[in-house]
Amino acid sequence: MEELPDTVIATQALTKRYRGGQLAVDGLDLTVPAGSVFGFLGPNGSGKTTTIRMLMGLIEPTAGSARVLGQPMPRSARAVLPHVGALIEGPALYGFLSGRDNLLRYDAADPTADPRTRRTRVAAALDRVGLTAAAGKKAKAYSLGMKQRLGLAAALLQPRRLLVLDEPTNGLDPQGMREIRSLIRELASDGTTVFLSSHLLDEIEQVCTHAAVMAQGRLITQGVVAELAAGVRGRLVVTTPDAGEAARVLKEQGAGDVVVIDDRVTAEPPDRDLADVNAALVKAGVRVRGFGVERASLEDAFVALTGEGFDVAG
Amino acid sequence: MSQDEAVLPGGAIEGARKAGGKVNPLWTFGLLRSELLTTFRRWRTLALLAVLAAVPILVGIAVKIETGDGGSMGGGGPQGGGPAFISQITNNGLFLVFTALAATLPFFLPMAIGVIAGDAIAGEANAGTLRYLLVAPAGRSRLLLTKYATTMAFCLVATLVVAISALTVGALLFPLGELTTISGTRISFAEGLGRALLIALVVAASLIGVAALGLFVSTLTNSGIAAMATTVGLLITVQILDQIPQLHALQPYFFSHYWLSFADLMREPVYWDDLVKNLGIQGLYAAVFGSAAWARFTTRDITA
Ligand SMILES: Nc1ncnc2c1ncn2[C@@H]1O[C@H](COP(=O)(O)OP(=O)(O)O)[C@@H](O)[C@H]1O
Ligand SMILES: [Mg+2]
Repeated sequence: MEELPDTVIATQALTKRYRGGQLAVDGLDLTVPAGSVFGFLGPNGSGKTTTIRMLMGLIEPTAGSARVLGQPMPRSARAVLPHVGALIEGPALYGFLSGRDNLLRYDAADPTADPRTRRTRVAAALDRVGLTAAAGKKAKAYSLGMKQRLGLAAALLQPRRLLVLDEPTNGLDPQGMREIRSLIRELASDGTTVFLSSHLLDEIEQVCTHAAVMAQGRLITQGVVAELAAGVRGRLVVTTPDAGEAARVLKEQGAGDVVVIDDRVTAEPPDRDLADVNAALVKAGVRVRGFGVERASLEDAFVALTGEGFDVAG
Repeated sequence: MSQDEAVLPGGAIEGARKAGGKVNPLWTFGLLRSELLTTFRRWRTLALLAVLAAVPILVGIAVKIETGDGGSMGGGGPQGGGPAFISQITNNGLFLVFTALAATLPFFLPMAIGVIAGDAIAGEANAGTLRYLLVAPAGRSRLLLTKYATTMAFCLVATLVVAISALTVGALLFPLGELTTISGTRISFAEGLGRALLIALVVAASLIGVAALGLFVSTLTNSGIAAMATTVGLLITVQILDQIPQLHALQPYFFSHYWLSFADLMREPVYWDDLVKNLGIQGLYAAVFGSAAWARFTTRDITA
């Protein structure tokens, strides 16, 4: 049976203005295809969490509409959410309960979850995130990384069609980040659609197939990650001890935006065979150590699209 | 709603059906079970119950010491025309149950209810667990009903803790036996015990109004502490206003106004007027503040 590629999340002119008057999300049209690992990228305060709250039916949109798994939200929350696992703005746990009891409680909250399989499913979820050994410990004794993993386990209590993960690596050390990312890749390879918000460009580049870029509540662009970056031309990079001379020659050859940093000269590649450019450098006596075109990163794409840097520190 | 499943008696069928498996409507009560377990395993709940259990012990010991010195207890109930049960304790330990309930009903019991009810929603919001319950999805009406049912269960348990503690202390320190009703007739100890149980149930039902009020307050804020403090503050305010003669016209609508009517169960025949008014007021509070809590909670933005 051939179908059009499913859309797991679709929003139309989705808008949220908080009671304080803050316009947090402004006319968002988002399309998340089924099976994708969808990066939702934006600096802090760009409206990612607000969007996720609307998708999960926690807050009412001021205007516009959202469909998740083909059904309108928040109206169909009871039908949709059992198929969705979510981690929103960090984990929240009952500190006085053990990790296992936390999961038992969240599972009991889902009226579609079979109590006869509850203990087995909880054990499987704990195992999946590597918390089996710590399952009996009180959650308040968990490290941040363990809490984050327990939060993920709560999202994995049932087979899900969609996982919504809001900055799941926030606050973790590099090792913790690597663990969570490889877990996400694993989950995605099972065919689950993953909607991953992050303010970390490299995280999205490492993990995601698709991405949307947000800035100040507005959608800047969305699409396949490789194409987003491909839309922006890579930069020509020359490594040489004779940087000044190299820069002069590159300009002569028609390269634009020439930047010299120490022994690295970068520029927008001219519209001619780069072999000739290299030959010209050598002919001018520039001692070339390295010569090549660097693939454009998502960051280049972001800068090209917004005209401003990606403020990681937020 | 699923039509091909038998509607179980009293079981609301709600929730979505999973793609493959069948959803049993009884599963919806899993949340209530979890809520009861979570509430009654909390250190805070146990501490509140311990305080309540301590009141009859203290009263019993005080009465024993007073009368042991050869003095007699001064008459007069705790307050507001309360029954003079305390003077009878030395004759019959069962009166410690009535005394303890009369002593805890004006403040200790409703304060404990205020803590549990006030924290019910606001505490979850404060901890952030509310958003995870809602995306589970617990369902807002279902969650609120579960919280209300659990608060009521706590009302009952708290009252029974006072009653059972009082009965135990009364039996240990004083004689038991036939007793005299307020009207002067004699009833058997067994019937007295029956009345004590009935009184405990009425006292528990008297707390329904505070529970509904506390739950409503709890839907208004993201701070568990603020909700608890507000509820207990309202409780104290109403108790004070109930003493001001100028507010005579308003007082019948205060949730605490007919609280001590439970003593009328010790009359022969039982005087039902104020008892019925009390239950009516509690029902009214449950309806009004229950609806308000529902209206608020089902439409509110959950951003905590
Ligand atoms: N509960 C709230 N009330 C008022 N304003 C809010 C609230 N939550 C977030 N905001 C504001 O909305 C904007 C978007 O926030 P958010 O969605 O949390 O962004 P992100 O998750 O991308 O960091 C910010 O300016 C933030 O200050
Ligand atoms: Mg956020």
